[in-house]
Amino acid sequence: MDPSYDDFDRVVSEYDVIVLGGGPAGLTAGIYLGRAKFKTLIIDTGTAGGQMILSYHVANYPGVEETSGASIAKTMRKQAQSFGCEILTQSKVAAMQLEGERKSVEVVGKGVFTSKVVIIASGGVPRTLGLASEKRLQGRGVSYCATCDGDFFTDMEIVAIGGGNSALEEAVALTAYASKVTIIHEFDHFQAEPWIVEEAKKNPKVHFLMHQEIQDFIGEKKLEKVVCTHKTSGEVTEVLAAGCFVFIGYVPKTDAFSGMVKLDERGQIITDERLATSVPGVFAAGDCRVKRYRQITTAVADGSIAAMAAIEELNQS
Amino acid sequence: MLDTNLAHCESDQEFQDLINKHENVMLCCGRMGPMCLPVYDIMETVGPDYDAVKFSDMDFDGAAASNVRQLAEVQGFMGLPFTVYFKNGQVVEATSSIQDVDQVKSILDKHFK
Ligand SMILES: Cc1cc2nc3c(=O)[nH]c(=O)nc-3n(C[C@H](O)[C@H](O)[C@H](O)COP(=O)(O)OP(=O)(O)OC[C@H]3O[C@@H](n4cnc5c(N)ncnc54)[C@H](O)[C@@H]3O)c2cc1C
Repeated sequence: MDPSYDDFDRVVSEYDVIVLGGGPAGLTAGIYLGRAKFKTLIIDTGTAGGQMILSYHVANYPGVEETSGASIAKTMRKQAQSFGCEILTQSKVAAMQLEGERKSVEVVGKGVFTSKVVIIASGGVPRTLGLASEKRLQGRGVSYCATCDGDFFTDMEIVAIGGGNSALEEAVALTAYASKVTIIHEFDHFQAEPWIVEEAKKNPKVHFLMHQEIQDFIGEKKLEKVVCTHKTSGEVTEVLAAGCFVFIGYVPKTDAFSGMVKLDERGQIITDERLATSVPGVFAAGDCRVKRYRQITTAVADGSIAAMAAIEELNQS
Repeated sequence: MLDTNLAHCESDQEFQDLINKHENVMLCCGRMGPMCLPVYDIMETVGPDYDAVKFSDMDFDGAAASNVRQLAEVQGFMGLPFTVYFKNGQVVEATSSIQDVDQVKSILDKHFK
């Protein structure tokens, strides 16, 4: 990323607002801005819908009976487009300039886009352990989605890594397929709600290995073992496992904006009440910013606030 | 049937036609799940840039899926979707689980450009 990028000779399109990220926060901003007749472009480096598409069942989005996250995402996308908002997905951002009156974003193969206002809605991504073997064996035993891949492990021994609500809930759910699920956790206690811990402890197929650090995933063509060490004694344990599900939380996806807008020590974007960032004309909405509760509803609320603040700013300029 | 804008491959005959009547094929066999949707979206998005490639999806639980599930190249795969690339009816590459746009494009460029 070149923050000094200012080659406006190659400008192909001007917009009022560019929204970076097409999850619920970004799509909502697009709906509000499009409806208010501001020329808006949403650029997403991945798939529109963001983390919403990771949810098979969303039961807590008001006004919508239980449905899949993918279905809500599809409707939100259609809504934004119906109000004239343009959406570019699977787009690689080559350069970005957020300072000054005119911001610019260059997308590989698509050109340069400029705007007066930018809304960052880049959300979060699942945290990984960062091991080379984890990456190599993804889809060959290592997985991040129990609902997607659970049935590949019918009658096999598997591992679930993590100690929060999702890790324990998913570990219990995986006992519908697996013959044994070993939960490996980094601390000597769980962060999950006590009733979820109880549920896991009651299940005869669930076993626990606490206070461990994962060292490696072993296997040539597919996963065979997970190697971990006890954090105080250093004792090495090799757990035979055909599958390993990693549920160790989410991190804000703000690396692309580091050095451009102010972040806190966790890499979350700092905003004020109007969701303005440290850079004039740049707002942030959704899971990428400092906040306590991360839900579709809170992302949607952020998207509408950022859009309305952007509209106010555009009307004043 | 999968809810995508891609061509669907739903029977053994359609599978044979797909790989034998097109020189270059990218076939994604999955469900409407979180790891599969991004791959369908990538195929829909990059499709127009690859005129010489036929893009198709296939339901992992559908009648034609055994054609993919039994391929030697996917043995050991334990993550959806199974994405298989064919040239002149032969498998040239196969991937398991979610892929990003760069991974997909690098395979398309390597074999079909
Ligand atoms: C497994 C799971 C289940 C969940 N279930 C529920 C639930 O049932 N109910 C509920 O309310 N919430 C649920 N959540 C939480 C909810 O999905 C998130 O809080 C919400 O999606 C956050 O929205 P967002 O728009 O801020 O970010 P995201 O949804 O993360 O979207 C961000 C988008 O930005 C894109 N992006 C990233 N970086 C860039 C960049 N540099 N430039 C351009 N684009 C970029 C990404 O590709 C992504 O599409 C769940 C989350 C997960 C992971």
